[in-house]
Parts: sequence; structure tokens; C-alpha cells
Amino acid sequence: MILGDIARKRLSFLAILIGAMSLSTVSQGALAATAEATPAATTVAAAPAAADSTAVAPAEAPAADSGYTPLGPDMIKGQPHDGGWDVQKQYSIIGDTAEPLHVGLIWVMAVISVFVLGLLLYVMVRFRKSANPVPSKTSHNTLIEIIWTIVPVLILVVIAVPSIILLRDQYQAPPKDALTVKVTGYQWYWGYTYPDNGDFEVISNMMPEEEAKAKGFPGHLEVDHRMVVPAGEWIRIQTTGADVIHSFAVPSLWFKLDSVPGRLNEKKVFIKEPGIYYGQCSELCGARHGYMPIAVEALPRPQFEAWVRSQGGTVKGDAAAAPAPAEAAPAEAAPAEGDSAPGEAAPTA
Amino acid sequence: MATTADTFQAHHDDHAHHDADHKPGFFARWFMSTNHKDIGTLYLIFAICAGIIGGAISGIMRMELAEPGIQYLQYWVELFGGEATMDTMGHQWNVFISAHGLIMVFFMVMPAMIGGFGNWFVPLMIGAPDMAFPRMNNISFWLTVAGFCSLLISNFMPGGTGNGAGTGWTVYAPLATSGSVGPAVDFAIFSLHLAGAASIMGAINFITTIFNMRAPGMTLHKMPLFVWSILVTAFLLLLALPVLAAAITMLITDRNFGTTFFDASGGGDPVLYQHLFWFFGHPEVYIMILPGFGMISQIVATFSRKPVFGYLGMAYAMVAIGVVGFIVWAHHMYTTGLDVNTKMYFTAATMVIAVPTGIKIFSWIATMWGGSIEFKSPMVWAIGMIFLFTVGGVTGVYLANGGIDDVVHDTYFVVAHFHYVLSMGAVFSLFAGFYYWFPKMSGKMHSELLAHLHFWGFFIGVNVIFFPQHFLGWQGMPRRYPDYAEAYEYWNGISSFGYEIMAGSMLFFFANLIYAFIAGKKAPDNYWGEGATTLEWSLSSPPPFHQFETLPVIEDHHNYHDHIGDKGSASAH
Repeated sequence: MILGDIARKRLSFLAILIGAMSLSTVSQGALAATAEATPAATTVAAAPAAADSTAVAPAEAPAADSGYTPLGPDMIKGQPHDGGWDVQKQYSIIGDTAEPLHVGLIWVMAVISVFVLGLLLYVMVRFRKSANPVPSKTSHNTLIEIIWTIVPVLILVVIAVPSIILLRDQYQAPPKDALTVKVTGYQWYWGYTYPDNGDFEVISNMMPEEEAKAKGFPGHLEVDHRMVVPAGEWIRIQTTGADVIHSFAVPSLWFKLDSVPGRLNEKKVFIKEPGIYYGQCSELCGARHGYMPIAVEALPRPQFEAWVRSQGGTVKGDAAAAPAPAEAAPAEAAPAEGDSAPGEAAPTA
Repeated sequence: MATTADTFQAHHDDHAHHDADHKPGFFARWFMSTNHKDIGTLYLIFAICAGIIGGAISGIMRMELAEPGIQYLQYWVELFGGEATMDTMGHQWNVFISAHGLIMVFFMVMPAMIGGFGNWFVPLMIGAPDMAFPRMNNISFWLTVAGFCSLLISNFMPGGTGNGAGTGWTVYAPLATSGSVGPAVDFAIFSLHLAGAASIMGAINFITTIFNMRAPGMTLHKMPLFVWSILVTAFLLLLALPVLAAAITMLITDRNFGTTFFDASGGGDPVLYQHLFWFFGHPEVYIMILPGFGMISQIVATFSRKPVFGYLGMAYAMVAIGVVGFIVWAHHMYTTGLDVNTKMYFTAATMVIAVPTGIKIFSWIATMWGGSIEFKSPMVWAIGMIFLFTVGGVTGVYLANGGIDDVVHDTYFVVAHFHYVLSMGAVFSLFAGFYYWFPKMSGKMHSELLAHLHFWGFFIGVNVIFFPQHFLGWQGMPRRYPDYAEAYEYWNGISSFGYEIMAGSMLFFFANLIYAFIAGKKAPDNYWGEGATTLEWSLSSPPPFHQFETLPVIEDHHNYHDHIGDKGSASAH
């Protein structure tokens, strides 16, 4: 992996340049700071609203376990920032692998563009008519033609190595016991099914903008029921479409996968810390394509399990330890433990 | 032969002698034309009209996107005969994005590049009296017009959740089949059939003309690079468009005749449509830019007063781009659930295209190197194109990486990328070519001042529109959204402001046209001077109605390096 080494060294050199560049974007930082300050200030106002919803929840589902409260606006991690000029901060393992390549590519792009611009400006000044009245007749130089063919090839090879490694990493299978969440795209909302946990489906619609803002969440991105997953472990996300093609995308998790009717696509994700990560449907799916956002809520394992129980689902330990949740239809829950994925593998075909 | 234009010729008897400038009457000349220059002019007028409509739609979109929330869509819904609800407004938006894409691709860039400049200058540059199949040429043009009408009609037809085809220019199934009930999508698809048939006939015409009608001594390796670019483009059209025709015909039968090519519930596959579409769609983007490459080569050589650097490398770089362009299509589909090996292959293959493209960029700069550069209007557009196409090219290398594409796929980053290569690469080439050849075509000189003002306004405008869209994409804003989270407001506001600058600069363009026709000086035969060496400059401006009745002979007393680089070799005998 000599090329990989070179790439890494180059990237560390670039990191210094990035540091320099980040200094030059202090104003950006200030912008981001105000953006972060706004939700923090509204948290106080939002607290009663959040309390409201928790007060209502037990009334709706009296059998639900306690121990789960939806995360508040202070836990929003993955979201866009006004005036931001780079990718969102990354919170997944794949994102950590991909981001250095992304940064390296930015520098490749910048250097090539500036190089071409510099050449153009130079010839425009040096060889303008008044400075060079008699044109040369040169129309060939084999050496330079070979150079400008070989050098781009080398640059591309240097890019290709980490790029192929990233692809390999993305496609390595998650651990066998990784949690499976099946994402179904509908016109125009998302359904999240948990085949390992009793096969219940959570329907997720966009939260009306005023309501979201009143609660301190970003309008257009917040949903009524989030996709809740455990943080700090591999998750297997499978996508399919119910009607037309949608695309399940969360920029801060470096995740995008189309949900195609008749297909079951699969990709893994590892969310490093609890938080809320926003995304939006990313394949044109009709009239309300712009209004079916995605909100992933990553929780520590115990809170996640509490959420599962609050939805009437089961957790692996439950069925073995005590047959207590009898009302949760054990007949459904039992097969879901073992062969969940095959059962879901071909929804329409 | 009562059906030919001969019947309509004015004063037929007055011109018993043969006259090269003998023109038919108005109707016969413009509606039954078999003259490549007249058909070229028709194509250019058509492309300008379509460009105005397509550009106005982008204005509607930038106006709506200037701030979050829906501001204007309800008015547009009502204008197109609907009732403003959440669904019809969203649908209207999708109609706008679809119409903008389809119009700009099929009815602006392609007709202008290939139909307009290709028709006008391929026969002139190779020393041919006309195209090989003049009547087929005429059918090509009028089918394109019919296709455009079909697309315009579709906007007023029911298309599911509202009037018009809201499928995107890609017309993906199943949104375009089960997802869009009503005749709008059928009209839009039929429009592509017509435009596609026109393009296939045009391609046959160009290939035949270039292979068979070159003047004596004009070998393939002496052809001007613009002719090379049209030749390569014609092959791409000939090979790619039938695939599109097949794909959209299957869409039609899925929609209307109960087939299930792209419907999983009947054993079909929605992703198959995407493979077919992009097998056409990727060569299509080279179809839109290659003639631009050819024009830039002519212009850079002319105003540097030097022959093109590395002529053979330039010609075969275009051939290479055309060939490799056919084997990279699935990089448009990285998120559809492709196999890992497939993604690795398409990542590598896509990046390969950067090599011949780089050869072209560097050869243009090398052509300028050592030259004696005059910054006339075509040249400033050409230099602008070289730089902006480079920017669009490097973001293409970025997007080529399958693993990186996961975060920017279907975001504004992609929008920024393809507008840098098309709205700046292709459109800058079109304006460069327009100012280069407008006096040759019309016989009237345009105003250099207005052309420069147009350039600077357009250059600044499009950069202000599209550069911030890279940032929007990185921040995660998806394409094809009428409304967005507040965090995207800053860059969207700037982008919409850029549209106003760009639109303002277009006033200089139209003012320049009016100026040229009213007060423009008469254009001499070769108004760009000794740098302009191709055959069209040996003719009057405008050229006679029928040129080269005696074929010019291209003398071979030069080393091929100088191919057409010397004035003596290009004069008509």
C-alpha cells in the first residue's frame, strides 16, 4: 500500500492547509455559532412542548415501558448550517473513512483549477498581440503531450486507490447480529420496520413547519415519528419502495440508498454517538418529493430497547427471559427473532 | 416533381442562366428548405426561441428558490389551468424542472450546436456544396419543431397530481408509468421520439456528408476540428438515440398497453430503465459538449493566429471521449443498489475520461502559448469556456468516486457540476461560436462592445448562480426541491441573485442582434484576419446561396502538421 501511504502523507500535508483555510473562514464559524445558538435559546421554550408530548404518549399507550423520551433539540447532530460550505459533520464510521478522501479531492480540484487558471492568465498576458506581435508556428511537442497525458493518469491512480478502498469498506457485510431496519419509501412518507424486534412499522411524516419550529426543531426536516436506532453498533439498513423510487439519504452519516419497488437494497451504517440526524428524500418521487424528510434518532442501547418496547416490539432478551409481553402477539414476535431477513427479502417479486 | 421547392421559386423564368445566389420565394425558402445554410439558420432561430423559454423557466425556479417556503407556485398552477393545492404546486414544480431540462438539452443545445452550427459550417469547412441528403435535413428540422410542440402541449395536459409531465428529464419509471396518470407524460415521451428521430436522421446526414463530400485533397486528417467534432457527435447520436427510443417506447407500452418492462410486480425492473436511459444519457452529455470543443478549437487557433496545437491528439481525444463515453453510464446510478464490483469498475472507467479531456484543455492553452492573441468577443467566450469547463471537469472527477457520490448524489452539487459543464461549457461555446460566425452568416458585423458586456455579465452571473450550489450540495440540499430548510437560505439567495445578473446580460445579446441587423456594418469575407484559415473564410459574408459549384482543391504542399494552418492551402480555386 505504498500509494495509500503517499495518499495519507499528502492528506496530512493538506490538513495543515485546511487549518490555514479554516482560519480564513472565521466569519463562517461565526455564522455557524449563531446558528447553533438559536436552537439552544429556544430549548427553554420548547421544554413545555416536549413535556406535553411525553404526557400524551402514556395516555395513548398505557402498556408502554417507561424509560424512553424522544431526544430534544439539544441533541440535533446532523443538520445543515446556513452558509456552510462543506459537507455536514460526519458521525459514522464510513463517514470518517470517506471524509479525508473528500477533503483530498477538494484540494486536487482546487489545485488543478488554479493551475489551469494560472496558465490561462499567463498566456493571456505574455502572448497578447501587443506583447507578442509575431506568433510562433509551433504545433507539436511530443514530450509535453506525453507529460500531460501521463501526469493526469498518475493523479487519477492516486485518487482511485483510496476511492476503491472506501467502496470496499462500504460493502463489507455488517456483523451477523447487527440490527436490521427496513426502510420503505411511500408517496410521500417513510415507513421503518424492525423485523428483529417484532416486525412493527413506524410511519414517519414531516412535522408541520410551525409545530417543529415551536418545539425548537428545524422546519422541513423534523418528523412526527423518527427512525430510532441504537448508537455505537452496526446497523443493517434495507430499503425498498412501495410505489415509486425514493432515496433514503442522511448526509451526516454518509448514507444514501435508493428505495426501489421490487428490490431490497442493503447498506450498513455505524452511528458513533447518540443524536438526531436529518436527511431528505433524494430521488424525485412526485408532487411532495420535497416534503418527506428523514430523522434518524440514535440512542444508547438501553434507551433504544425501551423505545422498542414502547412501540409494542420485543427485544432479544425479552422472549427468552420472561414471556411477559403476551399482549404483544408472541406468535409474530417469535419467528421475527430467527429468520427476519429472509422473510422480508422479497416483498413484491 | 410538383412537390419540390422548384414549383414555388419566384420568377423562375427570369433566371434562365445559372445563378449561385438564386433564392426561392419566402415560403419555399424557409418552409421547404433544402439548403444547409437556411436550415442552419432555422435551427439557430428555433434554438434561440427554445432557449428563451427554457431560460425563463429557470428564472421561475430561481425566483421560487430565492427564499424558503412556496411563494409563487400557486400562480403558475392557476396559469396552467389547475387549482392550487399542496399537490398541484409540488407537481407544477416538477413540471418546471422537467421542462427546463428537456428544453435545454433537446431543443436548445442540440439544435444550436449540431443543427445550427453543424449544418451551416460542416459543408462550408469541407468544401461541399450542401449536405448529402438535403430533404432529410429539412425533415430533421421540422420533426424537432413538432417534438417541441408536443412537449409544450404536455404542459397543459393532466399528468397525475397536476397538469404537465412532472417526471424529471430522466423520465424514470415507475414515476413516469404508474406514478403519472394522464396524457401529459405520453406527450412528453412522444416529443422525445420526434426529437430523437430528427437527431438520428441528422446524424446519418452528417456522417454521409463528411465521409463522401469532402473537397479534393481534404483528407480526414486535414479536416478542421469542428468537422471532426461533428463527426464524432454524429456517431454518438447514431448509437445512443436508438437506445433511448427503445427505452421510452417501453415506457409508452408500460403506460398504455399493460406491459411490465419496468414494473417489478410483473417481473420487470425499474432499474433496467435507468440502465437504458443512461446508456443513452451519458453519451448525450458528450453530444452536447463535443461540437463546443470543436468550435473552441477553431476560435482559439484563429485568435492566437496559430494552428491548433497537437491536431491529431485533439481529434483522437474527441474519438476517445466518444468511445469511453459509452462505457461509464452507471455512474449516474451509484445509489440504486449496484454491486460493489460494478461500482468499482464505473468509478475507474469514469475517471479515465478526464485524461482525453485534459489533453484538450492543455492543447488549447498550448495553442495560445506563443501566439499573438487578440481578445475579440469569440475569444473571450472561448477562454471563459476553457476555465469554467475545467472547473466542471474536476467536480466530475470528484463525482466519479462511487463512495464519495453517496453524500452528493442527487444534491445541488450535481446540479452545479452539470451546469458548469453545460450551462458554461456548452453555452459558452455556443456564444463563442455565435459571435465568431454571426457576421459570416448574416453579413452584418455585431458590436464588439455589446458582446464583451454580454460576456462579463454572463460570466459573473453564472458563477454567482452555480458556484454556491456546490456548497448547497455538500450541505445536503437535494435537487428538484421547490422548498427547503432554512439552513439553505443563504446560498440559495445568492444563487437567485446571480440569475438576475445573468438575465440582465442577455439583454446585451438581444440588443446586439438588433444593432447588427439595423446598423451593423457590412461584414467582409474574412473579418477575423489571417488567423481564420478554414474554407468558410474564402467565401463572401453571407456566402452565396449555393457555394462551391466548382469544388475547391486543398493543396498538399505542406507538412500535415500545418494541416489547414496556412492561408494558401484553404483558398478556393
